Amino acid sequence: MSDAKVDTRPDTRSDARLSVFKTYKLYVGGKFPRSESGRVYEVSDAKGNWLANAPLSSRKDARDAVVAARKAFGGWAGATAYNRGQILYRVAEMLEGRREQFVREVAEAEGLSKSKATAQVDAAIDRWVWYAGWTDKIAQVVGGGNPVAGPYFNLSSPEPTGVVVVLAPQESSFLGLVSVLAPVIATGNTAIVIASEKSPLPALSLGEVLATSDVPGGVVNILSGRTAEISPSLAAHQDVNAIDLAGAGADDGLAKELEVAAADNLKRVLRPQTVDNAQWFATPGTERMTAFLETKTVWHPTGSLGASGSSY
Amino acid sequence: MASASVSAFTSAFEYAPAPESRSVVDIAPSYGLFIDGEFVEAADGRVFKTVSPSTEEVLSEVAQAGEADVERAVKAARKAFEKWSALPGSERAKYLFRIARIIQERSRELAVLETLDNGKPIKETRDADLPLVAAHFFYYAGWADKLGHAGFGANPRPLGVAGQVIPWNFPLLMLAWKIAPALATGNTVVLKPAETTPLSALFFADICRQAGLPKGVVNILPGYGDTGAALVAHPDVNKVAFTGSTAVGKAIARTVAGTRKKVTLELGGKGANIVFDDAPIDQAVEGIVTGIFFNQGQVCCAGSRLLVQESIQDELLDSLKRRLSTLRLGDPLDKNTDIGAINSAEQLSRITSLVEAGEAEGAERWSPACELPSAGYWFAPTLFTNVTQAHTIARDEIFGPVLSVLTFRTPDEAVAKANNTQYGLSAGIWTEKGSRILAVANKLRAGVVWSNTFNKFDPTSPFGGYKESGFGREGGRHGLEAYLDV
Repeated sequence: MSDAKVDTRPDTRSDARLSVFKTYKLYVGGKFPRSESGRVYEVSDAKGNWLANAPLSSRKDARDAVVAARKAFGGWAGATAYNRGQILYRVAEMLEGRREQFVREVAEAEGLSKSKATAQVDAAIDRWVWYAGWTDKIAQVVGGGNPVAGPYFNLSSPEPTGVVVVLAPQESSFLGLVSVLAPVIATGNTAIVIASEKSPLPALSLGEVLATSDVPGGVVNILSGRTAEISPSLAAHQDVNAIDLAGAGADDGLAKELEVAAADNLKRVLRPQTVDNAQWFATPGTERMTAFLETKTVWHPTGSLGASGSSY
Repeated sequence: MASASVSAFTSAFEYAPAPESRSVVDIAPSYGLFIDGEFVEAADGRVFKTVSPSTEEVLSEVAQAGEADVERAVKAARKAFEKWSALPGSERAKYLFRIARIIQERSRELAVLETLDNGKPIKETRDADLPLVAAHFFYYAGWADKLGHAGFGANPRPLGVAGQVIPWNFPLLMLAWKIAPALATGNTVVLKPAETTPLSALFFADICRQAGLPKGVVNILPGYGDTGAALVAHPDVNKVAFTGSTAVGKAIARTVAGTRKKVTLELGGKGANIVFDDAPIDQAVEGIVTGIFFNQGQVCCAGSRLLVQESIQDELLDSLKRRLSTLRLGDPLDKNTDIGAINSAEQLSRITSLVEAGEAEGAERWSPACELPSAGYWFAPTLFTNVTQAHTIARDEIFGPVLSVLTFRTPDEAVAKANNTQYGLSAGIWTEKGSRILAVANKLRAGVVWSNTFNKFDPTSPFGGYKESGFGREGGRHGLEAYLDV
């Protein structure tokens, strides 16, 4: 019997006991609200079997998420890079402990065999470790002193741009999601993620992991629902600083609409890239971090200790 | 009787006129577009006049590029791209090195030309603009053969044709900021200078000729906003670089939506210059003057909002007003001139109406005694007190020699007020306390922070804004990224 045919879900028809279903909820401001709209939509597995009802987020949910992300920004951006690294490592640890759950959810969501789903989840856990290691190195790699022609100390440092909206990839429900979320928060931004529309459950479960990983409430906010319904108001939101259009990849019309809306307050836009699912396994570059960084350059006179120069 | 003694002092030491000679520059009565290594007329034969803002004298008549010309220029740049991008970096480096040297050799000529066409004082074109222009070409010449070391991977690729639109406040410097990194990375260029200051870009075309730059690598298309819009929208332009107003920047961001064009935007600003009570007052006053009156305040990173700690407000303002009374406004070609002409009649009326709004909203206006020349476009250095954060003059970019003074009590309040703007380009901090500089600099949402100095520029130092001041950085290693496929 191949892996693909193993049903790893709890047996709901056991004579002994009826299993407990899980109500999937949003993750906003460190809490797990239902959609304020009271709406849900049916999420099915690859074969069309019902898996769960996911919250169908409204524009109001999206605005609430922006408020939460903005509130969390100062503390998260101001945390030491070491501290952010510790917390991202903790996410990997928590995920490792719930590995089986995510393997099951990813297998169901994407119709993968257990071994393929395991590879996805393992790569996602490793990706958290990879980005955790970047938190206290990115400033050295992309910043530094500038040798200006004058008596000035001149230093460029990267800083997070602020609140970043992430349209998670539609196909890769977990590895793709982690690959676009981790770089955004590793550098000190706060995030609002719109989960894969068809396969939102791994993303919603990730919220539970983040909540128990010392990630401050509001740093990551996860919405599920119709990407095309939620994203326009976020792209137009004046308190959002950047938007990653990864999950708008297949929909050129939506991507363009969002880019036009983003121009209103000159949000940083990471345009949709053509990424096939296999590519998420590749070790990323730094681009997904630098896309949401500002460079701040500080000048200061060095003073002049005598024109003749030092004598050593 | 401080004011009496000051005026006695200044009158005893009046400066004699010291005009720079115009004879070093030979302006032709008309210029064409520069496409594929040739000066050509516009396809539809349109021309426009460029005038000297200090005298309103017509300097020359310049061809005005239209859509057909944009088409021609992009085609030329596309054709040139193949060979130019394939050149070894070390060869491209030498072209840039040649250009840099020729700019140094011709810098006096270019400084006079820029002063005539722009209206800014010769002191600034000669001592600030031109040295920086040459330095930018030298700096990026050095990158052309070292791109593998720039931190963007082993073999970063150019993007293709760069469409570049630059403003009138630093015509030649903005050209250098745009063209030097584009060429170093192997891109070819179609550049549109501003309609009020096209001449130095056309002189630069001649420098390209002297340097033997291959045809089509640099193309110059003078024109108005519609020319720039056509260039930005052209489907065969791979990279758009713009410096100018936030409103136009937003329009460009909308134009490129849904395309794969890479974009960098250097837009407006409303820089806060924060003076703490322990600041060295004399130096701070100089920094405030540099911050807002350099280039007649027509600087996107100008320190146009002065935030003074309340306890030193009176002392600082007295000192500042005394200093402003010594500024010399007049003939930009005079080497002693501090304040030149406003770039255009249109800009002058924009400044005037914003200043009127400031008065109407109850802010208190002050200018030193200052005689304005009868011809040309002039605006006296102006200071507003009694300004609140809600005032138009504290929110809108004025882009002229107008300073709004606000006060604060605590460092937190200073930071909150400094950040209370849609912009995020520049800021200044004046204090003797090092830890305060670092703490405040850390909290300011601005791309460039000058502490105990202001308006310093260098090719090695990245420049660019947060928020609605745009995106991307120009200068330094960071400036390469905009022109590479990374």
